Amino acid sequence: MSYDVPIIEGEAEITFGGGAGAFPLWEVFVRASRGLNHVHVGSVHAADADAAMQSARDVYTRRNEGVSVWVVPSAQIHASDPHQKDAWFDGDHPYRHPTFYDIPDEVGHM
Amino acid sequence: MSANLNLFTYLLRLADDNMVLSQRLGELVSWMPELEEDIAIANLSLDHLGQATSLYAYAGTIEAAGRNEDALALTRSEREFMNAVLVEQPNGNFADTIARQFLVDAYQVPLYQALSSSTDQTLGGIAQKAEKEARYHLEYSSTWLVRLGDGTDLSHDRAQSALDRMWPFAADLFATDDVEAAVAAAGMGVDPTTLRDSFDSTVARVVELATLRMPTDTYERTGGRTGMHTEHLGHLLAEMQSLHQAHLGATW
Repeated sequence: MSYDVPIIEGEAEITFGGGAGAFPLWEVFVRASRGLNHVHVGSVHAADADAAMQSARDVYTRRNEGVSVWVVPSAQIHASDPHQKDAWFDGDHPYRHPTFYDIPDEVGHM
Repeated sequence: MSANLNLFTYLLRLADDNMVLSQRLGELVSWMPELEEDIAIANLSLDHLGQATSLYAYAGTIEAAGRNEDALALTRSEREFMNAVLVEQPNGNFADTIARQFLVDAYQVPLYQALSSSTDQTLGGIAQKAEKEARYHLEYSSTWLVRLGDGTDLSHDRAQSALDRMWPFAADLFATDDVEAAVAAAGMGVDPTTLRDSFDSTVARVVELATLRMPTDTYERTGGRTGMHTEHLGHLLAEMQSLHQAHLGATW
């Protein structure tokens, strides 16, 4: 279904939902507290980095989730190929886990 | 007036500003053009609601007549509300909403800063929390006013119209009478005229960044502090209070 939205003369045409003309997408990373890593929490649409920062703050930190926010243009993210998932990630390599020796009691919790 | 009545009235004025503005912003939830802005406007609304709740609750304690925050927000009439007329102005288009918000924020930041050192510790505590929120609000509304003013020809014209439209009502934020004089003299409250320099310099700075011009209209519409409102408040209260009046004491 589509709607004809009346456009006032001079008004830029903006389409919603990610079509051409929509604001670009930004990935949002939030750090929960000092000492922890920034963790990817989602994305926002925004015209530029400043607006993306503000939106990220409003959308993803409204319940005290974080002390620091990063935004990155989604177009700048290079992602692994889902079709290569088996070749990249499915190797069965139990020997790479350090579980084949006993930790002396003196070492304590590692 | 007794000292308690002055403080009670002063607290109500502060609370009513936040309550009415919160209701106005709440009207926009689910209507904003972007999901991100929808959540941002809901955050603003809830911040103001939280400030109103704290102020009403404390006012009820000072009054000591058994009225809690719900009673003060939901059972008083239009003439008993003492918010500045600026905050009751309709949302209009997005630029109107932003211009109204910006003028309130430019006033509330120095207000809460000054109130943070109130001799009344409860009010000082409420103000310290509110000041952090107000500083973000000012950043949000300033950014948008600059974005709209320094944007396209259309957004510039709308931002200018919005600023011009809201400007005459901003004077009400600085209206003062015996109540403000008494609480300021006691060190509990703030004489709003002392906030005017800070307000003016914030407005001048952002208006210039936004490539707008200062409004030239010298008309000042005041009266909200004594219950003389514009025609918009009655409609807002009718909606805001309808549930409480239909189901007295409803909770959920």
